[in-house]
This record gives sequence, C-alpha cells and structure tokens, in this order.
Amino acid sequence: MSELQHPPRLLLRGITKQYPGTLANDRVSLSIRAGEIHALLGENGAGKSTLMKIIYGVTQPDAGEILWEGQPVVMRDPAQARERGIGMVFQHFSLFETLSVAENIALAMGAAAGTPKQLEPKIREVSQRYGMPLEPQRLVHSLSIGERQRVEIVRCLMQDIRLLILDEPTSVLTPQEADDLFVVLRRLAAEGCSILFISHKLGEVRALCESATVLRGGRVSGDCVPAECSDLDLARLMVGDAEGLEAEYPKAEGGTPFLRVEGLSWHNADPFGVSLEEIALDVRAGEIVGIAGVAGNGQDELLALLSGEQRLARDQGARIRFLEAPMAHLRPDARRRQGMAFVPAERLGHGAVPDMSLADNGLLTAFQQGGLIGGGLIRHGRVEAFARRIIERFAVKTPGTHTPARSLSGGNLQKFILGREILQQPKLLIAAHPTWGVDVGAAAAIHRALIELRDAGAAILVISEDLEELFQISDRIAALSHGRLSPLRATAATSATDVGRWMAGQFDQPTPTAA
Amino acid sequence: MLLSLEPRGQQSRPMLWLSPLLAALLTLISGALLFAALGHPPLETLRVLLIDPISDLYGISELLVKALPILLCALGLAVVYNARIWNIGAEGQLLMGALAGSALAVHIIDWDSRWALVMTLAVGTLGGAAWAGLCAWLRTQFNANEILTSIMLNYIALNLLLFAVHGPLKDPEGFNFPESAMFGDATRLPQLFEDLRVHAGFYFALLALVVVWVLLQKSFLGFQVKVLGLDKRAAGFVGFREKKLVWIALLISGALAGLAGVAEVTGPIGQLVPQVSPGYGYAAITVAFLGRLNPIGIVFASLLMALLYLGGENAQMAANLPQSITQLFQGMVLFFLLACDVLIHYRPRLKAAGRLKAKGWTKEAAA
Repeated sequence: MSELQHPPRLLLRGITKQYPGTLANDRVSLSIRAGEIHALLGENGAGKSTLMKIIYGVTQPDAGEILWEGQPVVMRDPAQARERGIGMVFQHFSLFETLSVAENIALAMGAAAGTPKQLEPKIREVSQRYGMPLEPQRLVHSLSIGERQRVEIVRCLMQDIRLLILDEPTSVLTPQEADDLFVVLRRLAAEGCSILFISHKLGEVRALCESATVLRGGRVSGDCVPAECSDLDLARLMVGDAEGLEAEYPKAEGGTPFLRVEGLSWHNADPFGVSLEEIALDVRAGEIVGIAGVAGNGQDELLALLSGEQRLARDQGARIRFLEAPMAHLRPDARRRQGMAFVPAERLGHGAVPDMSLADNGLLTAFQQGGLIGGGLIRHGRVEAFARRIIERFAVKTPGTHTPARSLSGGNLQKFILGREILQQPKLLIAAHPTWGVDVGAAAAIHRALIELRDAGAAILVISEDLEELFQISDRIAALSHGRLSPLRATAATSATDVGRWMAGQFDQPTPTAA
Repeated sequence: MLLSLEPRGQQSRPMLWLSPLLAALLTLISGALLFAALGHPPLETLRVLLIDPISDLYGISELLVKALPILLCALGLAVVYNARIWNIGAEGQLLMGALAGSALAVHIIDWDSRWALVMTLAVGTLGGAAWAGLCAWLRTQFNANEILTSIMLNYIALNLLLFAVHGPLKDPEGFNFPESAMFGDATRLPQLFEDLRVHAGFYFALLALVVVWVLLQKSFLGFQVKVLGLDKRAAGFVGFREKKLVWIALLISGALAGLAGVAEVTGPIGQLVPQVSPGYGYAAITVAFLGRLNPIGIVFASLLMALLYLGGENAQMAANLPQSITQLFQGMVLFFLLACDVLIHYRPRLKAAGRLKAKGWTKEAAA
C-alpha cells in the first residue's frame, strides 16, 4: 500500500545491457527515495557508468524497466531525462573554456531557457542559495577545477531538479572542497532532491550516503547502509575476497639521495597549461616520496621534465640530478640507461601502445636491457619470455603475450606496465597515479609491489591525486599547487588537513638553498 | 530488420584469409552481372579480363614487367605508412629516379663497363631518395604536412621530366621527338629470358621484399617506426627520435620508388620518355593498403593490380569493351577487397528493429 502512495523517485528493475564481449549490466535493480542520497559503489568496469547512462537516457537497456515516480518510462535521450528533472554531472566536465559561465549554462539549457544575459540573475541566486558562489561573467578557463564543477552543478539546479547524478565528483577536489560539496548535497537532499552519488572512495560514501548499492561485474552484489558497514565489508562487496585491502605498511627512512631537483622552473607556452616555479625535492634510496595535488596543478609538466619528454637546455642540466649526475637535458632513453624508470599517468596511448601486443609493449621501454635486441634485430623469443615473466610475477590476467594492450582492463594493464619497469630493476622509479581507475584488488597488488621495490633499496616518487593512497604508501609527502611544490614532510608527522592546505597553496615555498 | 556492424574487439584470424576470397567472389558475380547487363557474354568477358592476359609465358612476363615498379613503390610506402607518414609522392619520386638515372645514362652511352649500369641505378635510386628527402626536410624543419608537399612535388617532378625531354636531355638525332637518346647496352638492365621483356629488376624487387620484410617484421628500427605510427606519445615517452625516424622512413620509401623509375628507363623502355609511368606511384598507394601494409600481402596486391592493367588493355582490344567499363571493373575489385576487410574487425549482425518496445515496457504500465 505504502509503496503505491509513496513510490520511490526512481526504481530500476532487471536492467540488462549487453556490449560485445561484456555483459555490462546484468539484471540490476535499484531504488532511490525522494530526498535520499544513494551511493552507487563499484570498481572500474563494474557497470556503474553504463547504469548511469541508462538512467540519463544516453544508452538504452536491452531488457528491464525504469519506473520514474511510479510510472514506467523510456528515456530516449538526455533531453527527455532532463525534462523529468534528472540532472547529471559527469566526471569530465563538458564546458567550453573560452566561454563565460553564463554562456556555458545557456548553451547547455537550450535556446528556450533564455540568453546568457537573461540567465545571469538566476545563476547568481541559485549559486548563492546553495553556498556555491559563482560569477556568471567569468570565463571558464580562469576557474579552478572545483569552481568548474560548481558550474556543472548549478547548471543542473537551474531547472526543477528531482534527481542529481554525480559521477565521482570528489576525484577532482581537495578534501576541503569535497567537504563544501557535501554540505551543498545534504542541503539539496533536505529539500527533497534525490542524489545518486557514484564513487569508489569508501570514506566519503560513509560520511554522505544513507544507503548504497554495490555493483560487481555488472551485477548488484549487495545493498547496504554505509554507516553500518566497515571499509572492509564494503570493499569485499566490491571486489569479493582480496588480500591486502587494509594493509598497513611500515614507514621507512631513506638513505642516500638518488634524485635531487633544485630550482626547477619551467615556463609553459600553453596558455591553459601550468608553469613550474622553483621546484625543489629529493628522493632517497629506500623511500617512497608522495606528491599530492589536484589534477592540473603541474603534475603532467613535472613528470614530463623528470622523464625527459620535456628537456631543458644543457646548461640547466643540473636542475635535475640523479646520483649527482645532471639529467635535465637528457632524453628519456639516456635517463633510463642510468637506472631511472617511469610510469606515466595515462596507460593507453602513453605508457603502452594500445594496438601492440603485450610482448611488444614490454620491449617498448625495456629495449636497452641486455639481450632483447641483437644486431639491430629483435630477439622475439627473449621479448616473449620477458613479457611472460611480467605476466607471471605480477599476476596479469591476459590470454597471452600476443594480446593487444587495449584489450586488458585498466588494473591488469597497470600491473603489466609497473611490472615492466620493476623487472628492469630501476634505481629510481617515478610513477604517476599508479592506481588511478584501478580496482581495489589490483591497487593493493600495485602498492605491495611498490613497497617491495622500496624495501629492495630503490628510490620511488609517486605522484597521485589519491590522498589515502599517498598516506598509505609514502614515507615523505608534499603537494603541488599551481606549479609550486610544498616542502617535503614525513608522512607519519602529517595530517590530511595539512596536505589539504598545501594542495590549496597555503605553504611557504622553501627558499632555494645553495648546493 | 537492420544490418549493423559490431566491433569484434580483436581481429578475426579466419577473416584475414576469407575476406579476399569473399571479395573475389563478389567481384566475379557483380562483374558478370554488369557485363550481362551491357550485352557482353559475362563468362567470356571475365575470361578475357582475368585469364587470357596470363595464359602464356609472354603474358606472365608482361605481368611481372607491370608489377615490378608497383611492387617496389608499394614496399617503400609500406615503410612510411607504418609510421603514419602519408607519402603520396611515390609517383614523383619514381619520375625523379628515372630522370636522374637518365641524366647520367645519356652521358655514358659509349661505356662498355657494367659499372655504367651500377652507377645509373645508384644515381636513380638517390634521385628518388632525394626527392622524398625534400618532404622529410619540410616536415621535420617546418612541420609542413607531407601529404601536401609530396603531392605538389609530384607535379614538379613531372614538369621537370617534361622539361628535360624537351630540352637538355632531348636526343639531338631524334627528329625533335620529346625523348632522350637510347641508352648504351652497358646501361641496360639485362633481360632474364630471351624474347621476354621481364628484366633483372625482378631481383631488385625480391631483394627489396626481403629487406622491407626484415625491417618491418624483425628489426628494432621497424619496431620504432611502427610505434611512431601507432602512438606518437608513447614513442616520445621512451625517447625514440621522431625526426630521425621520419627521415629514414621517407628516404627508404623514396629510394625504392627511385629504383622503380630508373629500372623502367634502363629496363623495358631503354630511354627517357614523357610516359615513363602510367601512374605506378599512385597505383602503389592502393596496392600498399590492399596488401595491408604487409610486404607479402603487397606482393599479391601488386600482381593483382598489374593483372587489372593488362586485362583492361586486353578487354579493350579483344572484347571491344570500352575503357570506362574496364576501369569500372577495376574499381569494383578494389572496392570489394577493401570493403570486405571491414569484416576482419567487425561482425555483421541482423537486429530486429523496435525489439525494446516489444519487451517489458507495457507490462508494468498496467500494474
């Protein structure tokens, strides 16, 4: 009876979606009440995105039904979803950087909503009501990532919103910004708007959401009340049984400095890029140094300079020194010959060639290892053997060494790439976002491998957006903000709040000391 | 019912072999229909087009004569195209090879030594390489798009050749025809068999085939070229030298086209004429892709292309088919071959339209 009087705002029953080769959603059911903040949890590839796209009308399910406030509906396209009051904030914003806030919102809402000028008062009003101050005339490229997200949220709030879907909204925010967002979301929920919050960060799901649906391999593996579940319970629902989910690693004290960066400044010619200012850091043998920061604060630039994709002039070579030898002017292959190794942020298209086999992708960075090449010819047998060693040692799930890199899941490919570097026994490993978009089980395996490499005496630099990860594995930590790097501190003596402040740029940059 | 293509995710091994067979079948069927519709006996016409030209030794020799320059150019193109460098200039590089070789050959008509041939071939090969080197220089130095530069250099090469045969290289005793003098015997590529035009260029083609195959399939240089083509960022990430690779790939491609050109003038033609190439360099582009940029595939593709050239000529003479129809037939062959290759990566599937509507949606509305 009560269900008839108060039908849930959104009810999914038996949603199934088949893609070639994968069953993305398998009889998924989900129910969200009015004013409820509901979490959709799951590792990458669990089918979260597909389900969202079905709710928002981007794709159609093969089977199953959607009930919107008790009525069966067919969402043919996002416009129909929006008419019903469903709004969505994607992980990757769809904003035009050269247009103003108001122009972007007007574009998204369509001509019927009015001109940018006409929308301005409403934008101001909505953004102030929910405590998300926005200046409608500002150009988007001048906004921080957090502010851009506000633009996306405000765009959804401009209409009569009844269900707001947020796809990993905190992945681009500092901890403080994330807290601000949660305040807004709670207020929206209190006004009766339902919120579907997609995430894989367990802590924030527990803090924010009243109920959660967990997906694993396209199926609902459980519904729960996050506040009553431990991280381990939730993680088990997400990945099944996996060891090392809650591992704590002892912190280590570094030995001789392997990598020294001093007074590293670099002007970025790209007007939307970040320039680096007076970066100083050192990484010692047998320690992991973590660099935190929200994406787009100079991580890519710093990595390019460290890896040699971006080189400095010869006379500035000593800005980056490895084992006291100047490096900043050398090419990547020359740096690798000295014992440096790199894992870039993007796996496909940067760290691995998507259309090449795993064997060839192994050769890609290991070609200077003895024996893989003889007389200009590739020794295919040894290259195969090298790839097989990586696959065995790091438990990469793949049909074989001839599988193209693109057909591996993110976690498996990342294990392969990291394994490829570790098996070359580097003295210094620089890894960017080593577990970004990787499932919990693979992330644990990657962390273990990094710790092992550290304990074997290598120096490791990890650049990551995931604070939890950095606190878990790094021995010293710093943060990048607008191309400046905070001083390094022992992780054990630092709190997340401290690092959050650094990420927001509140630190004194160390004055360059005379070497 | 709707026919839709779904990505397979991985290329289908059987389709690699089945797709050309399917294409051949489709070509034969639609060719037969086409000829029947035009009032030509279908089977007879197909025979004239595809079998008669190679029914005797002479025919096979002619097939090889036509296939050799296409094969040489296409092998070179396989190297650059694997690096995703779109050299459209094999025609110009071939012409420059012919021109450079001829410029030397007409000055050493009296030589007896075999060195005359060696030097002529070398100069021709270098001429083609230099012409492609211009594209490499423009691209690495000024970031100029090689598609545009190589096409434009084709026209420059053609006009240089026309200028040469009308001017400096014109045979003084040639009654003012735009041709060079006949080359000396020592500068001519020997024929492999008496009375057959197939010449020693055959060995160069074999050699080039082996070299390109080893380069692309076995060598680390070829690996770097392929990485550059598939994923420029990954190539930069591991420190492959992009500029160096662009130079090497274009020089190889130009050298092979130049060799094709100089082998034409020192082989079957024996002098420099304005019509050195009936578009071999352009045909080679199709052939390179038809052979899926694989040296072995390119051998078959260039033989097929040569057969289409011969069959077209034969059908005009023997079956009185208009030239436009033979060209239409050639187009059909290429179309079906390339179209069937889609099946390697995609599988066709019939979809019932409106299946969604039928299922589920109405049931709950009543509840």
